[in-house]
Order: sequence, then C-alpha cells, then structure tokens
Amino acid sequence: MLVAVSEPSTVAVAAAPAVELRGITKRYPGVVANHDINITVIRGHVHAIVGENGAGKSTLMKTLYGMHRPDEGEIAVNGEVVHLSSPGEAIRSGIGMVHQHFMLADNLTVAENIVLGDEPRRFGILDKRAARRRIAEISDAYGLGLRPDALVEELGVGDRQRVEIAKVLYRGAKILILDEPTAVLVPHEVDELFGNLRELKAEGLTVLFISHKLDEVLAVADEITVIRRGTTVATVDPKATTARQLAELMVGSELPVPELRESTVTDTVELSLRNLTVRAADGRTVLDGVTFDIHRGEIVGIGGVEGNGQAELVEVILGLHAVESGQILLGGEDIARWGTRRRRTSGIGYIPEDRHRQGLLLEAPLWENRVLGHQTEAPNVRGPLIDVSAARRDTERIVAEYDVRTPGIDVTAASLSGGNQQKLIVGREMSAHPRVLIASHPTRGVDVGAQAAIWDHLRTARAEGLAVLLISADLDELIGMSDTLHVILRGRLVAQVDPRSVTPSELGAAMTGVEGDDATAPAEPGPADSGPAESGPHLTKGGSS
Amino acid sequence: MTTAAPARTSRLSHLVSTERVYRLGLAVAAAVLALVFAALITSLILLITGHGPISALHHMIDYGTQATQISAIINQATTYYLAAIAVAIGFRMNLFNIGVDGQYQLAAILAAAFGGTVALPPGLRQIGIIVVAMLVGSFWAGIVGVLKVTRGVSEVISTIMLNFVATGAIAFLIKPSNLGHLYGENLTTKPIPSSGQVGGISLIPGSDVKVYGLVFLAIGVGVGFQFLISRTRFGFDLRATGRSASAARASGVNVKKMIVVAMLLSGAVAGLVNMPELLGNAHNYSLSTPSGIGFTGIAIALLGRNNPVGIVFASLLWAFLDTSSNILQISNIPTSIVSITEGVVVLSAVVAFELVNRYALRRQQRKVGRELGLTTPDPGGPEAGGTGSEAVPA
Amino acid sequence: MTVRDASAQAVSALRADRRLTATNAAVSRMILLTLVGLVAISVTRIASDKPALTSGGVLGAAINAGVPIMLAGLGGLWAERAGVVNIGLEGQMILGTYFAAYFGYKSGSPWMLIVGGLIGGLIGGVLHAIATVGFNVDQIISGVAINLLAPGIAKYLAGIYFTTDKALASGGGPTQSPKVDVFNAFDWHGADRWLDKLTAHHWFVVSDLAGGVDAIISSLNAFTLIALALVPITWFLMRRTAFGLRLRSCGENPTEAETLGVKVYTLKSTAVIVSGVLAGLAGAFLVNYTGVYHEGQTNGRGYIGLAAMIFGNWNPGGLVLGSGLFGYTDALQQQTTTATVHALLLLVAIMLALAGLWAFAQRRVAQGVVALVAAALVLVWYLTTDSIPAEFATYSPQIITLFVLAVASQRLRMPAADGLPWRRGQGA
Repeated sequence: MLVAVSEPSTVAVAAAPAVELRGITKRYPGVVANHDINITVIRGHVHAIVGENGAGKSTLMKTLYGMHRPDEGEIAVNGEVVHLSSPGEAIRSGIGMVHQHFMLADNLTVAENIVLGDEPRRFGILDKRAARRRIAEISDAYGLGLRPDALVEELGVGDRQRVEIAKVLYRGAKILILDEPTAVLVPHEVDELFGNLRELKAEGLTVLFISHKLDEVLAVADEITVIRRGTTVATVDPKATTARQLAELMVGSELPVPELRESTVTDTVELSLRNLTVRAADGRTVLDGVTFDIHRGEIVGIGGVEGNGQAELVEVILGLHAVESGQILLGGEDIARWGTRRRRTSGIGYIPEDRHRQGLLLEAPLWENRVLGHQTEAPNVRGPLIDVSAARRDTERIVAEYDVRTPGIDVTAASLSGGNQQKLIVGREMSAHPRVLIASHPTRGVDVGAQAAIWDHLRTARAEGLAVLLISADLDELIGMSDTLHVILRGRLVAQVDPRSVTPSELGAAMTGVEGDDATAPAEPGPADSGPAESGPHLTKGGSS
Repeated sequence: MTTAAPARTSRLSHLVSTERVYRLGLAVAAAVLALVFAALITSLILLITGHGPISALHHMIDYGTQATQISAIINQATTYYLAAIAVAIGFRMNLFNIGVDGQYQLAAILAAAFGGTVALPPGLRQIGIIVVAMLVGSFWAGIVGVLKVTRGVSEVISTIMLNFVATGAIAFLIKPSNLGHLYGENLTTKPIPSSGQVGGISLIPGSDVKVYGLVFLAIGVGVGFQFLISRTRFGFDLRATGRSASAARASGVNVKKMIVVAMLLSGAVAGLVNMPELLGNAHNYSLSTPSGIGFTGIAIALLGRNNPVGIVFASLLWAFLDTSSNILQISNIPTSIVSITEGVVVLSAVVAFELVNRYALRRQQRKVGRELGLTTPDPGGPEAGGTGSEAVPA
Repeated sequence: MTVRDASAQAVSALRADRRLTATNAAVSRMILLTLVGLVAISVTRIASDKPALTSGGVLGAAINAGVPIMLAGLGGLWAERAGVVNIGLEGQMILGTYFAAYFGYKSGSPWMLIVGGLIGGLIGGVLHAIATVGFNVDQIISGVAINLLAPGIAKYLAGIYFTTDKALASGGGPTQSPKVDVFNAFDWHGADRWLDKLTAHHWFVVSDLAGGVDAIISSLNAFTLIALALVPITWFLMRRTAFGLRLRSCGENPTEAETLGVKVYTLKSTAVIVSGVLAGLAGAFLVNYTGVYHEGQTNGRGYIGLAAMIFGNWNPGGLVLGSGLFGYTDALQQQTTTATVHALLLLVAIMLALAGLWAFAQRRVAQGVVALVAAALVLVWYLTTDSIPAEFATYSPQIITLFVLAVASQRLRMPAADGLPWRRGQGA
C-alpha cells in the first residue's frame, strides 16, 4: 500500500482560493454532462476529484481548460471571475492541463513539443538556444530530467508525462490539472510522480488531480471532491475517509468486489504457447521464448507495463502478427500458420483493447456489429448469405441478456456509451461459445456497473469451462480475476505470482523488473515496499505453470 | 438504472425505422439542395458572360424531352451507370479507383478487336466479347491492387498513371500494323458482324434511336451489386473493411486479399462500360469512341452516394445534362458550361452529404440520450468522430 | 537523479547523437545517390552511344520540365505537412494555366503570368480549404471533385475569352490561347561557350557535368529563379520559424496544437491555400515554357508532383531530386528520339543491379534476388530491341513514376496526422 502522505500547505488560509467553480453546467446533444458543479480549490493544495468512468470529470476539466464554455455557472481564478473561451485564455489565467492521453507529436522533439504555441523567437525565427535554456531551468527546478533534443517517439511513458508537465510549467501555470495521471504508471513511477507533485506544492503551485484510483488519491490529496452522474456530491478530508466510503460516494450504492471463489481449473489444456518468439517490423524481439498454458476453466492473467509485449502476444494468438519461432497449440493443434478467420471460427474469442479500432464498426448499426467477427457462423449466416433477420433476433437477445442499454438495434455503435459497447462485444463473443477468450483490458474506460457485469460474465463462462487469457493494467482486476498470474517484462515472462496472496505493490514491483535480470533499469525502492528488491514470499521466478 | 430492454426495443424499433426513412429523406434533400446550388452558380456564370440562364434551361428541357433524345439519354445513362458502379465498388471499400477511364478504354479496344476477329457462334460471340472486356478491365485494375498491397503504392496515383499508360497502349494498339484497320478515313478495329451484335429495343415510341439491348446488363449489374453488398458474407466483409480496416482485420478478414479482389471486381465492371455502345451501336473501337466516361463515373458515384439506386437517378440526371446541352450551341453558349455545373454539383453534394451525416448522428445521439435518460456523454460517443479507417491512401 | 535516470540520459544522448548523424546520413545518402546517378548516366551514355542523354539541350529541358512538377510537389508538401491531403493539385494547376495565359495575354507582360497563376491556384486552393477544413469533407473526394471542376471552368472560360476576334487573330482558339510574352533566359554573353566545348568532348562524367551546368545556366530565367528559390524558403519557414513549427504540429498532432493555443483551422487553411497557389504557379510555369495555354497541357503533372513529394519523404530536398528525375524523363521523351529513350532501359538495368547489390549488402536476400533478376530482364529487353514504341515513350514519365513509387513507397514516413479529418474540440 502506498503510504506517502502530504502536508496541507499552511499558507493559504486567508487568501482567495486558487480556483472556484460555481454552479457549472454543461450539456451535450442528448446528455447533461455536468450540472451544478461546485468546487473550491485552496491555493497550494493538491485537490483530488474522483468519480467513476462517465461521471463527467473529463467534461468538467475541458470546461476548466477552456476547450468549451459552460452553459451555466462561472469560474473564478484567484478570486476573479474569468471567461475561458479557449485553451489560450486558460493558459493566460495560469491554468495548465496535463492530459490523460498524452498529446505529444511523436515526430517532433521534446523541445518542440514544449514550446509549441509560445516559442521563443526573434522576428519569427525560432530561438533554439533560448528554448533549451528555459527547458533546462524548468527541468532542474522540478527534477524532471528533460532532454530537449530527443524525439518524443523515443521516450517511455514516465518521460512523456514529465514532458506534458513541463509544457504547462513552461507557460507559467500556477494551477495544474492532472487528468488520471497514474492510469499508465506502475506503483514505482507513481511514487516518482507524487514526488514531483510535492516539489510543485513546495514552489507554491496548486494541483487538481483527477482520478478514480482511490488509494492513491487518499495518499496524496489534501482535499477530495466526489463527482457522481455529473454533479458534485461531497468534499471530504482524506484523513477522515476510507477508500470504501469514497467508493460508495462515487457509486451511490454497494460496491461489487472480485470475490474469493472456488477453483474451476481443470486439467485439460486449451491453449498452449511454447517457446514463442516474435519480432517486430524493425527487427526488435518483442516476445522471447514465451511459454505458458491455459486450461479449461482457468483465467490466466498477464500483468505488465504497457509496451512489454502484451499487445504482440494478443496479436500473435489471433494471427494478426507473424511468429518467428515457437508453437501455438489450440487443443493440441499447432495453429501458428492459420489465418485469423480460421482461428476465430475454431473457437478463439476476442475482446480487444481498443474497441473502436478493433472491436466495432462505429458507423454500422448494432446488429451488424453483432455479426462482426462471426460473419461465417450461425446464426448470422446461411450459406454464403447473411441471415439478416436471424442476426437481428440474436442481437436483441444479446441486448437483453447482457443488459446493453440502447433504444434499439438499429442505432449505430457510436451512439452507445463505452460500457454498453463493451457489453455488446462481450455478449457477441460469448454467444459464439468460444473455447478460448482473449480479453485485453476488458474493463478499460467502462463504468463500474458494466465492469461488474463483465466480470460476472467472465466468471460464469469460466465455471462452464472457458479458458481465458486476461491482459490488464488494472492490478485489482488482475489479482481479483486470475487463477494464474504471470508478469511480462521486455517480452519475457519473468515471474509468476499467486493471485490469492500478492499485493498490488509487489505485483507492480515485479512489473517494473525489480527482481532485475537486467542492469539498466534498477528501480528505487519506494518508502512503503515490503522490503527491497528480492523475491518476497509471494513471488516465484520463472514463467511456466 | 434498469429497464426492461425487450419491451423498449419493440416499442422503439418502429420509431427507428421511421428514423431510416427520415435519413433517406435528408439525403435526398441534400442532393436536391446541391443541384439547386449548382444551378444558381451556373446561372450566375452565364449571366456574367452575357447569356440568359432561363432561356438556356428552357431550350435544354425542350430538346431533352423529345422522343429521340430520351432514348439517347437512356443509352448514355446506361454507360454512365456502369462506370459509376465500378467506381462505387471501390468507394465502398474506401478505395479510390480513378482508373476506370483507362480500364474501360483498354477493355473496349481489346474486346472490339476480339469480337471482330474471333469467330464464335452467335450468342457465344457476344458473351466472349463481354468476358474479354471484363478480364482486361480486371487485369488493369488488378495491377493497382497488387501494387497497393505489396508495395504500399497509393491507388490514387497509380490508377491515374495507368490511365496515361493505357492511352499510350491504345495508341499503340490502334495502329494499322497492330489491331487497326483503315476504312477510308477511319481507323478502327475490325468491325463486329451482326451475328456478334446486340439488337436494340424500341422502348420510346416515336424515337429514331433504339435503346441499347444491354441496358438489361446494366440493370443486372446494379441488382447484383446491391445483392452482393448487402446480403452476402463477402459484401459484409467488403463494407466492414471500408468502414474500419483494423476492425475487419481483427474479425478475420484478409484485408490485403479484399483490396485486390475489390479492385478486380471494380475493373471487371469498368470493362463493361463500353459494351452497350460497342455491341449495340458502334460495333468497333475507333478514335471516336467516347473517352472520359471514367471521370463522369466518379462524379455520379459521389452524387449517388455509392448506392445502386441513387446512382440510377444520378446517371439519368447526368445523361440529361450532357445530351440536352448540345442544343446550347444554337444560343452560342459553349457546351462546356455543363461541365461547370457538374463540377459544382459534385463539390456541393459532398459538402451537403457531410453536413447531413453530422446532423443525423447528433440527432441520433440526442434520441439515445433522451430515451435512456443518460446524464453523461459517451466516451465513445460525441468524440468518436471519424471512422478510424486505415484504407485511406496518402 | 537516480542511477536509472543517469543511464537513461546517457543512452538517449547517444541516440540523439545517432539521430543527428542520421540527419547527416540522410543528406550524405542523397549526395551519394546523386553521384551514383551521375556515374550511371555517364556510363549509359557512353555504352549506348547516345550523347543526347546528357546534352545541354536535354538537361535544360529537364529543368524546365522538372520545375512545374517540383512546384506542384511543393504545394502538396505544404498541405500535407499541415495534415491535409491535396489531390486537387492537378485541377489547381489547370486553373493556373488558364489564368496565367489570360492575364499574360491581356497585359502583354510575363510578370502577369505569375500573377495569373497565383490567382488561378488561389481559387482552387480556397475551394479545397473550404471543403476539407471548413466542412470536413473527405480530403481525397474534395480533391477529386476539384479536378473534375477545374477543367470545365478552364474550358468554358477559354471558349469565351480566347475566341474573341482579336484573340483568334493572334492564334487563339477554344482550346488554346494566343501566344503570350514569356520570360527570357538570362543572356550570358557567350560565357557558356567553353561549357559547350567540354560537352562536345564526351568525356566520362566531366562532359555530363558540363552538360548539366550548361543546362542550368542557359535555362535560367527570372521565373525559374523564383521557383527554385521557393524550395529553400519553404525549408527555412518549416524548420526554423515558429509559424513552420505550428504548421507541422497541425500535421503531427492537431489536438495537441489546439490545446496549446495554436490556431489549427487557420494554419490548415493557410497551408491548403498556399498549396493551391504553388500548383497555380506550376501551371503558370508551363505556360511560360510553351508560350501558350492549351487544353490538357498539365497532363497529370499534378499527380506526378505528389509522387515526387512522396519519393522525397515529405522533405523539400528529396522533392527536388524526385522532380529532377521525372523532369528528366519528360524532357527525354519530348526532345529526343525513341532510340534515345530506349537507352534509358540500360540506365534502369544498371540502377536495378546496384539496388540488388545494395540489398545483398544489407542481407535482404530475397529483395536482392528480385532486383537482380529484374535487372537482367531489363538488360535483355534493352539488348534485343532498338527502340521503344513512340506511344509508350510519350508516357515514360508516368511509367517511371509508377516504378519509382513501387520501389520507394514502403520506407517512407508521412506526417502522423496526415489525411485525418479533424474538428475542433476533438481532444480526449
């Protein structure tokens, strides 16, 4: 558990609040995203805003950042009411936004990304030396470690986030908004980030911190505001609140919990990977000798920092990427040479990580999306033709069974919320009665209700004999759902942990290679880790089951 | 928030299908608006350059509704229809087959030469000619598909380059030392005898001109295209690839194969473009065989929104404009004014359709929101925007 | 700072050095390619005994043929660097040819050719900008629509304004304009005669170089200078100014640019309009070279310009190389006999063979074999025939374009957000 605690600044009591939101309301066609939001942020505080996916946090931040104007209400910065009609205005008011999905141009350098829009120049010509100087100043003052001439493409996730922070500091932001900053970080990197935040506070800056990770929020925030269904429901003192209380405020009801369960793992191996080695287009080895089995009735989880080969693992199993050497055995048959279609029809189901890119045809109606991925199977087809009426009937069944909230099956997939889209995909895949299901980040960007439903469906299917490969960055999901849990690092399975006893902190440590086989990435032991870099009682080396 | 989904579905499915009618109505309105806009611009240009738009239109309508002209319009529309379907096949896959022009002309000369020299029994001869045309068109388009999937060459550029090469190839082939024969002043391929021709139909009473017999071929192609696209597994795969190549790939579609097959199909239909005229009227390929129909096909496909029924109306409209504009010479108006009209129609139609699409999407989201009482926008909703398709060339 | 940070810094400093060297490598690669090309052409000339291949006349024509392609490609580059695909270059060029001829004819001054070209291209560029940036229409469809509209406009206007009695008397007609005044080449007062002598010696490489220099200086006129100057100007604007950085950011990550206060719509529109203007200038250059407007004179050069841009990897330097190549092919087919064009086959065989050897050196065996086999086939073709049919020779630029794109397309990288539709507020 993360234990870092921050001290509220003692300075700011009498001064005007850094930011005040009064009665903010914002409507979109068909939805009211925010209504009557009231938040007061004290200067020098780290003020957290929590709410589940879809509660309206992002919309609120866009308002605060000038991406759009609120329909009602007003914003006051340092006591003065401001009208933020563009991001430029927000910047001028001292507000800087660090986005959840980094907005960086890969083909440009760090320096170019940072100074873009506010470049130091002489008669229009870029003054590169001045830019480098200023960036060095910021980097040193806040400990960011920036390299101005590196191409952003070369940077890892933590570095990219620091570039985003530098972007706002460069523009003289005094109020930083961080939108889900820890979504892609492992516990060790989160500690680094919190260290950065402490330095920012020490320099008198104010931080707004949006998150749905309650443990972290409780660890770092001075005040927490809860948003639910578009409006503010409470502002609490983290020292007086528990995670559970916060969660219940967020959801307004009892929480679902990945429960303890009886093992349903059988002895029959459904999917087996043996010594799988895969290369990327540029020759890099992305998977190196990966070997593991998935049995009927088992959920095998693979945890790892994004970019360590999980995406390639999924693609290789589905046939979207070539195998250099090794075997993929489905029920004993080597499918490494099979095409994607053959694999899908032989019983491999797929819940993709990016449902918009790989899982759905956004402009097509729901019933056509039901057919997608199964356009050679019943009930969608009869011979070479699509059986439209049967597909439509089945879509209605899925909508009912999987609680997909939609007025009908003729609306386009784009109109549905993320959670409902995902439920449709899950329903579609389950309806084909697969033998193996590849679930890649299945509950990412999905509201808590849909998340619980999807977990339920997965567990039920597992009890009926489904073999599941679960790739996730949500440590709770991995620990709560997996029967067997591997850690992937740089393309190799480096550890296998017991999900019944491992802690998120230990798992995170394994994911960043604390048990270093390698010398180039030693991690700092965090203050709360259960000891330095050796294997704990819950971790075993090696990757085979 | 739980709702009894089945009851809602049935109550609302009626509403939604009215929704579809509504959207169709919007699209038609958009097309009409584009036409009106183009008419306005054309009138403006005519006025600036000293002519009267009303009288010009009057002349055109008078002329175009004569019996003979109606037959000519139907014939012209038949040719245009085939070209537009060829282009539409590509468009549905997000492929831009700008090369229909080269494909159909190359197919025309080779099919005409085949028909003139290879003696097959009647019936079989016509079929042979048509098959040769389809094969040639397919081949010429197939090169583009193969280049795209193996070497990543943008089909926009390669089709246009191949158009030029086709022109060169045809100039080479029509030489008397190759396939050309000199009949007096005319250089043509060997004419197809009557046993290899397709007779016309006297569809319009009082017309001096018969409607091409192969109008039925065009109708068949249109019906076949609609059936293929909306009812078959292949058509599903094709549309899916056009909407999102990445989703199609994950669903098991071999996208590279799809691209090549789509180009082959498109080229095959392109090869048919000149067949009604060849077998029903000219019976040979010569320097007066019409050219540029490929580009007209693109305009018509865009106006008809790549839909076989919409393309029928667009083809007839275009044929009307082209045929009846001949009368303008009497008023000393250059017939090329019509090409300005057509160009403006295309540009304004694509703008109008885009606006209509956006409006329809927002309206649908509002309905979804209203029905379900949602209070939060969909992360995958208003921000979803683009199609995420990857098949767009550089 | 931790050990990890330090070592990471060291690694990336090394990478940064390597990347700087990579930029140097790119430049040296271009220089090497040019040198290799030079030697190969020289060898071809001597082996096939076709001195016309590198004569000053042909090379001069190559420059004149290459400049319009380069200008069009530059236009394409401006638009695509800002994230908008401009297929409409051909139509914008056509408008440029018409308006250049019209203004040139009416005023009698060659400078009005330029003005006319600017105007024609501006019209086309504005249309494309409104459709794609304003209404978010599919960029390729908009470009295709402009290419359908422009010839109609040009034809219509030419039919009216070039068929007046006065125009007819000066050689005009519905498909051709009367002759216009053009820029004259700079007069070097015989200083270039020693270059002619060098060329006449037919020495290996030296004479070819002499032919090249001769061509450059004898084809120089004010317009050519302006056109060529636009390349370094573009490079400087793009790489060294704030404006250029912001424009490029629109093509790499427009959402990021928007959040930082960059006016994305304005920049994209500007880029597209500049793109059209450059294409219009290309058209004006065509008119300047031939002295008239005539229907269909662009002949696909707008598209070839796009190909040159792709070949140049969206950089002005590579674009010039590509345009040079296409221009040379164009000049060859215009100015010389089919027998000389036929000699190009030998050049192609040599280049294919070299490419094959290079592939082997990089351990790409399969590609190397394919290239060598192709080289052998082309060589056989060369040896067994005397000439290429005139009809194909006419379109050798287009064939070469296809060929070059097929070989080069895969290793290139376009701006990250190129071709993507973008609307305000699309940020996550």
